[in-house]
Amino acid sequence: MSVILSLTTFLPLIGVAMILLMARGPAGDMLTKQIALWTTLITFGCSLYAWSLFDPSLKSFQLVENHAWLGGSIRYHLGVDGISLPFVILTAFLMPLCILASWTSIETRIKEYMIAFLVLETLMIGVFVALDMVLFYLFFEAGLIPMFLIIGIWGGARRVYASFKFFLYTLLGSVLMLIAIMAMYVTAGTTDIVVLLEHDFPRDMQMWLFLAFLASFAVKLPMWPVHTWLPDAHVEAPTAGSVILAGILLKMGGYGFLRFSLPMFPDASVYFAPMMFALSVIAIVYTSLVALMQEDIKKLIAYSSVAHMGFVTLGLFALNRQGVDGAVVQMISHGFVSAALFLCVGVVYDRMHTREIAAYGGLVNRMPIYAAVFMVFTMANVGLPGTSGFVGEFLSLVGVYKANSTVAIIATTGVILSAGYALWLYRRVVFGELEKKSLADIEDMNGREIIVLAPLVAATLFFGFYPKPIFDMTGTSVEATLENIQGKLQAAETAPTEPTP
Amino acid sequence: MIYQAILLLPLFGAILAALMGKRLGEHAAEYTATGFLFVSAALSIFVFLSFFVFGHGHVEGPVKLFQFLDSGALQVDWSIRVDTLTAVMLVVVTGVSSLVHLYSIGYMSHDEHRPRFFAYLSLFTFAMLALVTADNFVQLFFGWEGVGLASYLLIGFWYKKPSANAAAIKAFLVNRVGDFGFALGIMAIFFVFGTLDFTAVFEAAKGQVGKSLTFGGYEVDVLTTICLLLFMGAMGKSAQFMLHTWLPDAMEGPTPVSALIHAATMVTAGVFLVCRCSPLFELSPTALEVVTVIGATTAFFAATVGLFQNDIKRVIAYSTCSQLGYMFFAAGVGAYQAAMFHLFTHAFFKALLFLGAGSVIHALDGEQDMRNMGGIKKKVPYTYWLMVIGTLAITGFPGLSGFWSKDAIIESAFAAHTAVGNYAFAMGVIAAAMTSFYSWRLIFMTFDGKHRGDHHVLDHAHESPPVMLVPLILLAAGAVIAGFAFKELFIGHEHKEFWGAAIVNLQAHTALEGAHHVPTWVFFSPAAAMILGLLIAYVYYIEFPDLPARMAARQGIVYQFFYNKWYFDEIYDFLFVRPAMRLGHFLWKFGDGKVIDGFGPDGVAAVVSDWTKSIVRLQTGYVYHYAFAMLIGVVLVATWFVAGGAK
Repeated sequence: MSVILSLTTFLPLIGVAMILLMARGPAGDMLTKQIALWTTLITFGCSLYAWSLFDPSLKSFQLVENHAWLGGSIRYHLGVDGISLPFVILTAFLMPLCILASWTSIETRIKEYMIAFLVLETLMIGVFVALDMVLFYLFFEAGLIPMFLIIGIWGGARRVYASFKFFLYTLLGSVLMLIAIMAMYVTAGTTDIVVLLEHDFPRDMQMWLFLAFLASFAVKLPMWPVHTWLPDAHVEAPTAGSVILAGILLKMGGYGFLRFSLPMFPDASVYFAPMMFALSVIAIVYTSLVALMQEDIKKLIAYSSVAHMGFVTLGLFALNRQGVDGAVVQMISHGFVSAALFLCVGVVYDRMHTREIAAYGGLVNRMPIYAAVFMVFTMANVGLPGTSGFVGEFLSLVGVYKANSTVAIIATTGVILSAGYALWLYRRVVFGELEKKSLADIEDMNGREIIVLAPLVAATLFFGFYPKPIFDMTGTSVEATLENIQGKLQAAETAPTEPTP
Repeated sequence: MIYQAILLLPLFGAILAALMGKRLGEHAAEYTATGFLFVSAALSIFVFLSFFVFGHGHVEGPVKLFQFLDSGALQVDWSIRVDTLTAVMLVVVTGVSSLVHLYSIGYMSHDEHRPRFFAYLSLFTFAMLALVTADNFVQLFFGWEGVGLASYLLIGFWYKKPSANAAAIKAFLVNRVGDFGFALGIMAIFFVFGTLDFTAVFEAAKGQVGKSLTFGGYEVDVLTTICLLLFMGAMGKSAQFMLHTWLPDAMEGPTPVSALIHAATMVTAGVFLVCRCSPLFELSPTALEVVTVIGATTAFFAATVGLFQNDIKRVIAYSTCSQLGYMFFAAGVGAYQAAMFHLFTHAFFKALLFLGAGSVIHALDGEQDMRNMGGIKKKVPYTYWLMVIGTLAITGFPGLSGFWSKDAIIESAFAAHTAVGNYAFAMGVIAAAMTSFYSWRLIFMTFDGKHRGDHHVLDHAHESPPVMLVPLILLAAGAVIAGFAFKELFIGHEHKEFWGAAIVNLQAHTALEGAHHVPTWVFFSPAAAMILGLLIAYVYYIEFPDLPARMAARQGIVYQFFYNKWYFDEIYDFLFVRPAMRLGHFLWKFGDGKVIDGFGPDGVAAVVSDWTKSIVRLQTGYVYHYAFAMLIGVVLVATWFVAGGAK
């Protein structure tokens, strides 16, 4: 039995232990940063090693670890399939970039900051490798604590309001999900995800279980109308916090739908699909329009994230191959693109300490490298073919068109609106004369910033032209999940209707 | 390998110019990009020649490069398809592009951002080549959006000018409106045919005749819907009536860009799309009628606006718009061959006119307003005569290239013998008269009479260097002979063999054949229209040069209406732009702010804030609070499970 998943998951905690031993002061801080960086790099290496062990042609979970834990019925059960592995790698990939991005911008409590990030990494990877509902729940919910700390301690002026909003939304969702998990245990007699995936829940029960999970995942994703915490959280979070929030935490919602809601409650998923479509297209159109009017760079990108996640839910609930493939690619792509956009904001925020769009203008005159990098991600955000953004958006739309052409028509207006807000933002920040006195001495990206953004540029363009590695990794698992769902739906149709009491 | 080289050399040129520009020096970047393009152009010409030397309409199987999309039934490759349609486009694109590269070495010599400029130009060429060599709709869309990106970057090349930035965004957005339709069309094709490969879709098209599908809640005809959606994309890219507003503004970009992208190549992508999809369009009479009407209307509309513009580049821009209209209505009546022929000849004379205008602007130190020009014939004699050749070609002077292609279009429209065909014929002839008027007006205002601008500028006026004149001369040669030399292949007796399977015509669609047998008055009407336009221009601008100014001063309603471009910009601003912004603001402040947050978190916050304040220290209080609640939850759950497990 391989322990590579446990290693990948808990390796960051070893870094935490080492950091705890560091002394305070400049020397200790430097060492702390280096430990954090190396820990995350090695973790990334582990995730790549896990990828090399992974056989994409198998339908089952792989690299499985299964031990008795907590009284026997809850087990320490880890494993990955083609749906979870890309997110493990994505998490491990973004983490070193976050550490590097925080290298100089975080000046207070560096030890605590790095610890928070490393703990967060363990918890996030845990979410994607957990194969037991309770284990999943623990990782899923506990991940919020370091995120709160990151926003609450190293965040901006209105961090209390932001955390409160976050708290209120997520608390409701997590309570409902916890109850749902208990109910599933009572009915199915297990919390093992592999077993639950094959379990047929009664149709009525599926309905409310679906809604309970929805409460949690919709907030995470976020879906309209429970999205308003996101812009506030992003605005207050430090750059690396935003990167993780947009790059990974949002994906947990989409991952949750694909891992649990769709295969475990297929009847309910079909039943609620029209509602999900409605919420998604509202999200796309509504938040795109709102993004158009934003005056704060981070808020604008946050709203655009909500719109992009709308394509994820559309693709997932289309319940066909292109839709689900599109949703997965869209999530991975958004992991690169939104992370990079927030890093781009961080670059100028570190210099000017403002996110106000009006405070910028004409940056290209002094920052040509920055302008080029920002342009790549603006275009990826717009979904230009040749960037990963196109692949996800296009496939989700193709998928949802099969399911419902009206939904596809409304969602496709998003391609016009996204071009509107993204290009207008770029124009106001980067193009024009450099008129503002405060910007007169602004420096272009330094070596560290280039190292942080270069891998993201490469990934965005590489997968834009050649997304096949993603398809190869995910294809079999997506197909198996859809087969599982179709099988259950057919069984439900052919099954004799239960006699009404 | 030869195809790969044609496609990829411009990309390498772009990358080298972009990355090495600083290090190698500006000249190295220019020469590298230009050199790569000339190689690509030479190979393209070789391919084109081999098509009718080694066999007509010889279709090689598409060259597969590598896989792009792999999602269940949706299999898409990066590949290169070469048939006659592609071969023609390869010559046009690489030919004009290489000449424009060469010209730019001179034209941009004072610009400090030349490596960037050449990188964009070469990037554009790569995207355009990806478009015309596509073997499936996704790669076509990639090229389509790629040229849109390059167009956006080049229109906004002088990023310090607010007007250039606005024009760049406008171009991208209006094109996206068209792409909205295009993208939906691609989705519909996959939905109906289960594939996005050209060959498979075109072969299966016949089976879909008369079938219907549900689109947006309505039962509609399959092929008509698909064709109209695709055509929406074509309207955006080719600046057709209603989606044309971006093209005149695109003149904010450097003039070589206008010649390459906004005259000779990119804007013709819409025409190419319709011709490429002739197996689909042929099967939908309704779609063809729409194409004809939109094309004919554009030909007329853009010509009316072109009549009174004073910016030399805008006149040519509206002229382009109008000529594209001709190409579309040719396609609409089934004469795709004539459309492609006009696309081919138009590339020469329109690029010539634009680059000539650039030469004038270059000579007059950036002046673009024709009211400040005049009397420079002697100063720039080569430019003058080359521009006259371009004008003769576009107005259809007998023997020159525009004569063969434009007349073939107008006659085809007549020969279609349909209501929309007759409409197109009428619009085509009227527009031909106006084309003649504004083209000669441009020549007279720019070169003849007395100089009306600053005399210092006139004193410094100089003919352009050879590096700029050589491309002009080569284009002029094309403008003179391209029509005569290729008419037999494109639209003459050999056209069936030449085009092969690249263009499909139904038996019933005989407009092109009929064009050779029209009544005499139809045959002479374009020429009459041309002479009429020339005469009016002569009277107004040579005989009585103060007449136009008096007319403009009177501000007649028709003049106002045409001069202000039929008020499209104002109407769109009122109908779409401002409402979208207002709605966005409303949704943000009221939707998110008042409704969602008001009833949600803020409302709850107001209720609980009293006791919260007294108990919890703010700052990070909630975090600990939450962590504590979590912990209790975990303990409870764990206990419950442990107890359960123990049973």
